[in-house]
Amino acid sequence: MNSIETKDVHLYYGDFHALKGITMAMKKNQVTAFIGPSGCGKSTYLRCFNRMNDLIDGVRIEGDILIDGTDIYKSDIQVDDLRKHVGMVFQKPNPFPKSIFENVAYGLRVNGTKDKKFIEERVERSLKQAALWDEVKDKLKKSAFELSGGQQQRLCIARALAIEPSVLLMDEPTSALDPLSTAKTEELIHQLKENYTIVIVTHNMQQAGRVSDYTAFFYLGELVEYAKTKTLFTNPKDQRTQNYITGRFG
Amino acid sequence: MSFGSNPSSNKSKRLSQSIAFFIFRLLSFAVVAILIVILGFILVRGISVISWDFLTEAPREGMTEGGIFPAIVGTLCLVAGSMLFAFPIGILSGIYINEYAKDSWFKRFVKLMTNNLAGIPSIVFGLFGMALFVHQFGFGDSILAGSLTLGLLALPVVIRTTEESLKAIDNSFRIGSLALGATKWQTTSRVVLPMAFPNIITGLILSIGRVSGETAPILFTVAAYFLPKLPTSIFDQVMALPYHLYVISTSGTNIEASRAMAYGTAFVLIVIVLVANLLANWLRRYFGNKVKMH
Amino acid sequence: MKRYFNNLGERVIEGLITLSGTVTSITVLLIVFFLFKEGLGVFSQTPVAEGSVIAVNKQNPVKELTASQVKEIFDQNITNWNQLGGANAPIKLFEVDDITDYYTEEQIGSNFEYLPQRLSELVAKDPTILAFFPEEYLAKDFAGRRIELDNISVGGFLGGKEWYPTIQPAVQLGVLPLILGTLWVSLGAILIALPLGLATSIYLAEIANPKVRNFLKPVIELLAGIPSVVYGFFGLVVIVPLIQDVFGLPVGETALAGSIILGIMALPTIISVSEDAMRTTPRAMKEASLALGANKWQTIYRVIIPYSISGISTAAILGIGRAIGETMAVLMVTGNASVIPHTFLEPVRTIPATIAAELGEAPQGGIHFQALFALGCILFLMTLAINMTVDLVSTKKKANR
Repeated sequence: MNSIETKDVHLYYGDFHALKGITMAMKKNQVTAFIGPSGCGKSTYLRCFNRMNDLIDGVRIEGDILIDGTDIYKSDIQVDDLRKHVGMVFQKPNPFPKSIFENVAYGLRVNGTKDKKFIEERVERSLKQAALWDEVKDKLKKSAFELSGGQQQRLCIARALAIEPSVLLMDEPTSALDPLSTAKTEELIHQLKENYTIVIVTHNMQQAGRVSDYTAFFYLGELVEYAKTKTLFTNPKDQRTQNYITGRFG
Repeated sequence: MSFGSNPSSNKSKRLSQSIAFFIFRLLSFAVVAILIVILGFILVRGISVISWDFLTEAPREGMTEGGIFPAIVGTLCLVAGSMLFAFPIGILSGIYINEYAKDSWFKRFVKLMTNNLAGIPSIVFGLFGMALFVHQFGFGDSILAGSLTLGLLALPVVIRTTEESLKAIDNSFRIGSLALGATKWQTTSRVVLPMAFPNIITGLILSIGRVSGETAPILFTVAAYFLPKLPTSIFDQVMALPYHLYVISTSGTNIEASRAMAYGTAFVLIVIVLVANLLANWLRRYFGNKVKMH
Repeated sequence: MKRYFNNLGERVIEGLITLSGTVTSITVLLIVFFLFKEGLGVFSQTPVAEGSVIAVNKQNPVKELTASQVKEIFDQNITNWNQLGGANAPIKLFEVDDITDYYTEEQIGSNFEYLPQRLSELVAKDPTILAFFPEEYLAKDFAGRRIELDNISVGGFLGGKEWYPTIQPAVQLGVLPLILGTLWVSLGAILIALPLGLATSIYLAEIANPKVRNFLKPVIELLAGIPSVVYGFFGLVVIVPLIQDVFGLPVGETALAGSIILGIMALPTIISVSEDAMRTTPRAMKEASLALGANKWQTIYRVIIPYSISGISTAAILGIGRAIGETMAVLMVTGNASVIPHTFLEPVRTIPATIAAELGEAPQGGIHFQALFALGCILFLMTLAINMTVDLVSTKKKANR
C-alpha cells in the first residue's frame, strides 16, 4: 500500500525550475531514501510532503501530491493538520530553548492537548521510541541544549514522534553527527519503520544502503531512477545512476 | 482519510491566530497613523505660514511678525560647524575601531565609551558644553561652543555608521589588496572606504537631520532668544530653529500671537528631516543599484 | 627616498586614526570630570544664600537649625521657639527691610552706615528674634549669634522632598520629586510604547509581507528623526488641550501628556531593536515548530518570543533610557511642578526639564548652578546604569548560545 504518491510534480523558485515532473509512490512502513548530488532537488521534493516550501517566497508547485489518499495541496487542507500527520527531522538538531520535557511536549501542546497525565505518558513513550529515555529520564527539566549533538537529534525525533505522525520525513538527519551517534540513529530508523513510513534524504550512499528498502536517485531536478535499494546499488539501469554510485561525480 | 483529527482545538488555535494577527496589524497601523497625524497636522498648519518673506526676514514685533531667517542661518552655521568637527574625527574613529585596532582591552574600552557616549542624554551634553567650552575655554555663548557641543553629540552616531559600514565589507577584498603589496592605509583608502562610502554617506545625512533638530545642547552654549542680525564670527551668538520654536511656543511675549510663526518654524524643521530621510533613502537605492550592476 | 615618504605618510595617518579613536573616550572622561567637579561642589555649600546671615539672640538656647526648619519658619509653619527645642515664646521674624519699623532713617544713616550697629543692637535686645540680613551689614562686634546651617548632605539632597533652589533665606534642594517625576513619566511612556512597539515589531518581523515592510520601515525611521522640540510643540498644541478637555482638568500639562509624547518618541527604538532580535531566531527553530503542526502565531509566542526575549528586554530598557533622558518635549508638556507625583493627571517635573528650565537663570558657580550639575550627575548615572544593564543582558544572551 502506498503512503505517499506524487504525480508529475513541478516546482519553481521564481524562474528556476527546481523539480521537473516527478512521479513516484512510497510504500507504507518502508524506508525510502533519496540520494543525489547537492542541488539535485531531493530536499526540495521532501519538503513538498509537509508543505514546508510554502514558507519560501516565490515558490510555485504544480502536480498532485497525495498522502494516505488525500491531496495535500487541495484548498481545504490546513497545513498544520498536514504537518501533524507528516513529522519531520531536520539536518541539524534544532531543539527549542526549552527543557527536554517541553521540547517533546511541544507538538501536543500546540495541538490543544491539556491533559497533564496524557502528556507525561506520551513524552515518556516518545523518548523510549527514540531510544533516549534511559539517558534523560533523570533530567527532563534540564535545558535541551545540555544534551550532546546525537542526543539532541534523537530528542528531535522523539519530538516528532510525540504527535503520532504516520509519515516521518528525515532531511539528512545524521549529517551533523559523529559516527557513533549516526549508527545509533540508523538503528533507530530501522526500528521505527514498523510503525511509520519513513522518507530519508541522505548524502551518504552507504547510509542509504544500510537503512532503506527503496532508493530514488535524483539529478538536476529529475527523478532518474527509483528501485529497491539492493537493485539500485547492484544493478543500476541508468548510466547517470551508475556514475553517481561509483563515485564518478557528486 | 482526513487530517483534521482534533477539530475543536484547531478551531480555537486558528481563531486565536486571527485575533492576534488582527491586533498586531491594527497596532502597527496605529503607529503609522500617529506619524501621519503629527506630520499632517504640522505640515497643513505650517504651509500657510510659509512664504518667501517668512524664510528671508528677521522676526519683528516681539516675534509675532516677520520671518525666521536668522534662525535658519544660525542652524545652518551650527550644523556646518558640528559636522566639520564630527565627520573627520568620527570617520577616523570608525576606521580605527574596525580596521586598525587590535582586539585588545583598549579597543573594548573605546567601544564601551562610544556606546556610553551614545547613551548620554542631550541635556547632559548641554551641561558639559557649557562647563567646558563656554566657561573653561572662555568661548562664551558662541557658534564655536554650540557647534562643538553638537559635534560631540553626533560623534557616536558617525562612529557607529562608519564602523557598521566597514564591517559589512568582506575581508577578502582587504586580503586581496594587501596581497598585491598595498599598505594598510592604501588598502583602507582605495579599496575599503570607496566600497563603504554609500552606507557611510547615508548615515551621515541622517545624522545631519538629527543635529539640526537638537535643542537641549544649544540652550546654554549658543542659542539666542532674539537676535535679528546675522553672525559675523564664530564667537557670535545665533538664533537656531529648534530653540526658536521652543521659546515662541512656551515663553514668547505673546504666545497666541506667535502661534503662526511656531507652525511655520515646525514646518521648516520637519521639512529638513524629511529631506534628509528621503535623500538618504534615495542614495541607498541609487548606490544599491549601482553595486548590483558591477 | 619616495619609499621613505610613503612610510612616513603611513605612520602619520596611523597616528591620526589612533588619536581619533581615543577622542570619544577622552570626551566621556571629560564629561564625567566636569559634571562631578561642579556637581559635587554642592555638598560643600550651606543652603543659606551666599552673602546672607541668619542670626539669633545670644540667650536663645536654639543653636542649630536645618534648612527645612528655616523654610518652615519663614513660611510661618513654625511660629514658636518651643517647636525648635527653645523656650515657649513666639518667634519674631526679622528681615532687613523691617528695620524701618524700629529705627528712624537718621538712626540708620542715609547710606546705611549705622545699619550694622543697629542690627546688632536689635538682635541683642530681643531674645525671640530670628534675623535674616545681608552679610555686608554684619557688625564686626556683632552682639547676636550667627546660625550656621549644616552643609547640604547627600542624603538630604537625594531624599529631600522639596525643590526650591532660589528661595530665601535658605534654599531647599531635595531632588526626590524630580527623580520620581522622571521615573513616573518614563514608566507611563513605556506602558504606552511597549505594547505598540512590540506589536509592530512582531508584525514587521513575522507577519507583514515584504511590500508592507518596505513601506513601514522608512516610516518608523522618520518617526525617529523628528526633533524632540517638534514633538513637544505638537504635544503642546494638540495633546495638552485634549487631555484638559477629556479629563476636565484645570490644566492639561500633566505627566500623562509627557508619557504620551515620550511613548511615541521611544517607539522607533523599541521597534527596531526588538525586530532585529526576533529576526535572529534561527530559521531551523521556526521550521521545527511549524513542522510539529504549530501555526504561525503559536510559533511566534512559543518559540520566537522566548528565543528573542533578551533582545526584547534590551529594547524595553533602551526605550526607558530614551524617555529618561529626553528634555525638550517633556519640558514643554508636563507642567513642571516639582511635587511628588501620585497620578498621571497632575503636573510633574523631570530632571532634564529642570536643568533646561533653570540653568539659564542660575549664576555660574553658585549653589543653584552646582545643584543642577549634581542633577546632571544623577541623570548620567541613571543612563550609565541603563547602558550597563543592556550590556549585561546582551552578554548573557551570548553566553546562553
